[in-house]
Amino acid sequence: MEFLLVLLIGLLYASGTYMMFRRSMVKLLLGLILIGNGANLLIFLVGDINKGNPPVIPRDFSSLQGVYSDPIPQALILTAIVISFGLQAFAIVLLKRVYLVTGTDDLDQLNSDDQDI
Amino acid sequence: MTDPYIILPVLLHLLTAILLIFCWKKVRAQKIISVAGNLVIVLLAFGLWMKVWNLGILTMQGGGWEAPFGITFVADTLSATLMLLTAIAGLAVAIYSCAGITKNRIQYGYFPIVHFLLMGLNGAFLAGDIFNLYVWFEVIIISSFVLMTLGGRKPQLEGAINYVTMNLLASVIFLTAIGILYGLTGSLNMADLSIKIANIENRELVHVTAILFFVGFGIKSAVFPLYFWLPSSYNTPPSAIAAIFGGLLTKVGIYALIRVFTLIYIPDSFLKGVFLFVAGATLVTGAIGALGKTDIRRLLSYLIICHIGYMLAGLALYTEQAMTGALFYLFHDIVIKTNLFLIAGLIYKIAGTYKMSELGGIYRRYPKLSLVMAAVFFSLVGIPPLSGFWPKLYLISESLNSGSYILLASILIASFITMYVIAKLWAEVFWKEPMVVTDLKAAGFDALSNFKKQLLVIPVIALTALTLYMGFGAQHIAVLAERISTELFHHQPYIDAVFEPKN
Repeated sequence: MEFLLVLLIGLLYASGTYMMFRRSMVKLLLGLILIGNGANLLIFLVGDINKGNPPVIPRDFSSLQGVYSDPIPQALILTAIVISFGLQAFAIVLLKRVYLVTGTDDLDQLNSDDQDI
Repeated sequence: MTDPYIILPVLLHLLTAILLIFCWKKVRAQKIISVAGNLVIVLLAFGLWMKVWNLGILTMQGGGWEAPFGITFVADTLSATLMLLTAIAGLAVAIYSCAGITKNRIQYGYFPIVHFLLMGLNGAFLAGDIFNLYVWFEVIIISSFVLMTLGGRKPQLEGAINYVTMNLLASVIFLTAIGILYGLTGSLNMADLSIKIANIENRELVHVTAILFFVGFGIKSAVFPLYFWLPSSYNTPPSAIAAIFGGLLTKVGIYALIRVFTLIYIPDSFLKGVFLFVAGATLVTGAIGALGKTDIRRLLSYLIICHIGYMLAGLALYTEQAMTGALFYLFHDIVIKTNLFLIAGLIYKIAGTYKMSELGGIYRRYPKLSLVMAAVFFSLVGIPPLSGFWPKLYLISESLNSGSYILLASILIASFITMYVIAKLWAEVFWKEPMVVTDLKAAGFDALSNFKKQLLVIPVIALTALTLYMGFGAQHIAVLAERISTELFHHQPYIDAVFEPKN
């Protein structure tokens, strides 16, 4: 399971980076989304994957019993996912606006503000 | 000491922003609420600074959960000072915005977003938890995205693509570093990490996370070679917005670098070498970039990059003296860069263009105002005894002591080029006869009412006064910077303050 996740994370980072190097804005956005998902999975992976109990102390004990799952990576991923949803939604709207204003999705064409020295 | 007072500036910015949202279309009400809110926050931040100065490091544990399990907020002298400067810059920009930002932008939520941005900055300075720092960074960037694109003109949108992409990428890298760090140590509290990271056996992975943090924060603070998003985006939004960005956004990246690389990681010789190279390259490339620019705000954008190099140089030399210089420069830079973009906005209001070739004759038309601006330019260049001079003195003497002659050369080159471009700017904008004789009555600044003129000029004068104080009262700032530097290098009190048992 761990090994599969490692491969998947590597693939997500690599393909995300590759997509970001493309000239199309849509591919750039896809790249950002892939890389973001890779980061989320990475936190999940390094937070120790096991089939543990919920991290709740039983009524009669004063400490955790047996194997339990660390809740923090899940909380971190949840936060990161919510934040990246917001940012990606903003980025999609931004790209749409840029496309409407400039009429192109080629990043190399976005230089109307450049000036001669 | 535990003191919930420290979180008040953050809460008050949130409250002000919520109040502002309820006055969505009422432009006048928004201006009054924003300025009043900022005024109260300046007082609060000053109160906080006094408290920290007298009582030492203050902490707050979110929800009363003791460290390292809860979310910790820590106000040490560095945080408190930066919060005070942020509050002052925020107030100046809010006053300037009352006359400098058009009704349309205000009606589409300019002021609430500014307050969310300032809230994020204050939160980032207070965060004592690395994931919390990430969350505050996200608050900052989403607010800055909106500010950058508000208005939706073509150059703004094009610049925003670079800006958004690079910041999202920086966040992902930062998040990756946090993930690996959590996997290594099982903690997110910065004070706790400081203890635990020393005992990790897998040093290679620790170094990888250090580099990831450096790249992530490096993109945000626009260091070589990750700065190209800055000059392509900072010259597009209105000057009041560019002033907040130029004054504060790159500095929060530097703050994060200083915090992470003094508290959590202690740089080894390899990392110091990387810092030295990057600092020198940032100084030189930023300065060379500024050389050929004919647009005032593009020129200033490259100067921001160039001067980030000074702060990084302080971190790279990694001695208390050098850090004192870097911190002094940081305080000086926040005030002066905010002021420079406000001045660029004033020049635009007066002459209707940012192009140096078309500008000219401002000294003849506004001699007093020009003198105020001249004081700012001289401080930026660092003519003794003005404020740009003292931090460079620390940095130069430290790089001599440590034998980093290449860095020394970079610092000197950057200083000379800064002087050259500012002299050129002064000659072109203030002394030269204007190429196009514009109708003076029709120009924007003269047509404004007296009250609006003052709204634009008073923030500039106030920030200039603060800059002059930093120059002539340098001993006060030096004492402050030295105390912070000592706190950073001897961070046991910070750790003790976070882990202080509840009474």
